[in-house]
Amino acid sequence: MSLTLPARSYLTEDGRLRSWLLSTDHKRIGLLYLGTTTAFFFLGGAAAALVRLQLIEPDGAIVSPETYNRLFTMHGVIMVWFFLVPVVPAALGNFILPLMLGARDLAFPRLNLLSWYLFVFGGLLSLSALAAGGVDTGWTFYTPLTSDYAKGHIVLVTAGIFIAGFSTIATGVNFIITIHRLRAPGLTLYRLPLFVWSLYATSVIFVLATPVLAITLVLLAFETIFHVGVFDPNLGGDPLLFQHLFWFYSHPAVYIMILPGLGIVSEIIPVFSRRPIFGYKFVAWSSVAISVIGFLVWGHHMFVAGTSVYAAIVFSMLSYLVAVPSAIKVFNWLGTLHKGSIRFDAPMLYALGFIGLFTIGGLTGLFLAALASDVHLTQTYFVVAHFHYIMVGAMVSALFAGLHYWWPKITGRMYPEVWGRLAALLIFFGFNLTFFPQFILGFQGMPRRYATYPAHFQVLNVLSSAGATILAAAYLLPLGYFAWSLARGERAPANPWGALGLEWQVPSPPPVENFRETPTVTGSPYAYPPMEDGVQDAADG
Amino acid sequence: MTPPAMVSPDMAPLGMAPLGVPQASTVAPEVDALIGALLAISLAVLALVFGLLLTYVVRYRAGSDAFRGDLAAKTWRVEIAWTAATLLVFFGLFVWGADLYARLFEPPSATLNINVVGKQWMWKIEHPGGQREINALHVPVGRPVRLVLTSEDVIHDFSIPAFRLKHDVVPGRYLSIWFQADRIGDYPFFCTQFCGTDHAAMRGAVHVMSQPDYARWLDGQPASRSLVRQGQTLFMRFGCSGCHQAGNGLASSTVHAPSLNGIYGRPVALADGSTVIADDRYLHDSMTDPNSQVVAGYAPVMPTFAHVASEAEILDLIAYIRSLSQGG
Repeated sequence: MSLTLPARSYLTEDGRLRSWLLSTDHKRIGLLYLGTTTAFFFLGGAAAALVRLQLIEPDGAIVSPETYNRLFTMHGVIMVWFFLVPVVPAALGNFILPLMLGARDLAFPRLNLLSWYLFVFGGLLSLSALAAGGVDTGWTFYTPLTSDYAKGHIVLVTAGIFIAGFSTIATGVNFIITIHRLRAPGLTLYRLPLFVWSLYATSVIFVLATPVLAITLVLLAFETIFHVGVFDPNLGGDPLLFQHLFWFYSHPAVYIMILPGLGIVSEIIPVFSRRPIFGYKFVAWSSVAISVIGFLVWGHHMFVAGTSVYAAIVFSMLSYLVAVPSAIKVFNWLGTLHKGSIRFDAPMLYALGFIGLFTIGGLTGLFLAALASDVHLTQTYFVVAHFHYIMVGAMVSALFAGLHYWWPKITGRMYPEVWGRLAALLIFFGFNLTFFPQFILGFQGMPRRYATYPAHFQVLNVLSSAGATILAAAYLLPLGYFAWSLARGERAPANPWGALGLEWQVPSPPPVENFRETPTVTGSPYAYPPMEDGVQDAADG
Repeated sequence: MTPPAMVSPDMAPLGMAPLGVPQASTVAPEVDALIGALLAISLAVLALVFGLLLTYVVRYRAGSDAFRGDLAAKTWRVEIAWTAATLLVFFGLFVWGADLYARLFEPPSATLNINVVGKQWMWKIEHPGGQREINALHVPVGRPVRLVLTSEDVIHDFSIPAFRLKHDVVPGRYLSIWFQADRIGDYPFFCTQFCGTDHAAMRGAVHVMSQPDYARWLDGQPASRSLVRQGQTLFMRFGCSGCHQAGNGLASSTVHAPSLNGIYGRPVALADGSTVIADDRYLHDSMTDPNSQVVAGYAPVMPTFAHVASEAEILDLIAYIRSLSQGG
């Protein structure tokens, strides 16, 4: 394999800014997404840092309660809609999906570019509102607090989310059609990489759930501006209706945020274990099962909201059901490690860290799916810790796993391996130190979204904030060494990991058209040959 | 709160304080038993996952000479096995949690009823004898207490960690929770539904007292007029008595309005042909939004009292109307 940069690649084709901003190449759009979502990640992270700083002291260390409320709202809004939802599908997925399918681009390249512009426009709209004073409603926008009592630029923030929603719908449609129509010859359903399955399941949620969010936000805006009674009891509305509509979107959205991560990990574990994935069909269909059952569990956010006992019982049962496919995935990953030949490159370390954090996040979800224990634990820091284990601990680990894994393909350069491993370990440690104490705080009854708190909660809060400083440093590390790698990193071969997927058969970085000739697929992307005994891996061959 | 005790929740016998949180209600040990079981199962699964993970990555690291032959051929049996095991455990946990939850919200027949009104950013509490307090709740030990929850403005949530109990407090609705405190002491309560600027200040303490102490406390409160008497006064002040007949007094005006004698808990025929039971919620809505449910045969002429009477005053009026059905 050649170690020189290909003469022509999507990176070098036309370097002008205009060419990047008007590109319909999925690889360039993927990078545009990666840049913008990274910026949002650090903005939302800065808000989180201030939140943790505030909570060092029981009376609040730095800001007034009003400012604190605006900070955690900003953190939630940015992280959910402008980072977690788009980052893996629209950045990594955009880049990798056509390469995995043996396609030259997505089915609708111009729609893809439009998606990015909608995303940026929506993001800037919300951001300008947050910069101009923000809102103090929480990212959940519960009524009638939001529609009648809260001050600030609520309509502007929600308009930004509304517009960004169309960007995700467009991406979903684009992915679904691409996966159906643009697969290389021989790339049958059960030869698809598992990342593709997970992107498909995610896209289905994009397309079916996001419109409900859009409708909800329009109704909210109508009530806020024109005082039409929909949710506000003073106007004849029902505040619980808002929660039903909101969670009908937002719970499936949790799976939008984690499914692509599950897909990435299912890619990486076989590659670095040199073993075919254990139970391919189970892992594949479990993504679909999660996305389908995920639509039926929204009521578990409302066990103490005033819905009927019978509704709560049904939602509790379905919530346990949706946890089964996640457990299946974890067991199958362990089965893949069994009798493998395991290497510990940075992507694998992140993926192993993911398994740990995802398992803890999933198990603590069982405490909240059981009705009686949910009554005690919901709306406390236990919930905060639980969903951060999934959406931050696990998902950001998966994102970094994918980013390190495909970095050589994307940039044509290797990242510094030692730094990559160090950051992976630091993130795992910093994350646990930040969020594990919050489980205990939650059991002790500390409510979430408190700017000040009783003094007996202080020790664990200080511990959590200390962890957050380590986590912040660990998240900044990759920013530094990835930037270094862009200029100085070692040239990457086409297939540095010895992986079998189609994306590794094109040069790094790929040419504009991806494949000179459409490849023909004859087998599974995980068909690593069986090993008799201590076989060295064949990656260097 | 007592200092943190080093006991795990699943091991805590009655009257313990796992992680420093006392079990001060009859249900608290039961909730903790469920949480303890969840914790035990979680730790077992974590030990399994981390144990296998660490074993495999050490034993099967690249370059090790561990035996790698004899790979399982029929993996679907393994898949079915662990899927079934997971389902079974999950189903057990679901049933346990659901059964306890149903009992958690099913009050016994005779309860001491106390009104709790949430308002940005304080809790107003009203005892049946008319005693009022703010951000504090005095209750007797060993007696079932039912809290009737409502809100003046946004959604709040009344959470008492030591009782393992919380519930949202929703404007326009009367939701209720009940508990029986079984340990004398002071236990913090919190608002746990984000409600605006001073959300974090919306907290107080439940004071669980012996029954004689509670009786003395009630007597020591100033201006103790029962809710019924206060409601009767409001009935005059707001001019309700001008149109509605209540008690022995005849309505003074010529405006024709339904009599309120004996109406509580009875079915009422509405102008749109439907029938509702005149419960707390119906009476509440008839005051705040009178035109939404007009009684059959009457003109929709009643003005709204939504911004005239506070939620606490509406509760007093309902107490008065309820008393008219009890021969009192």
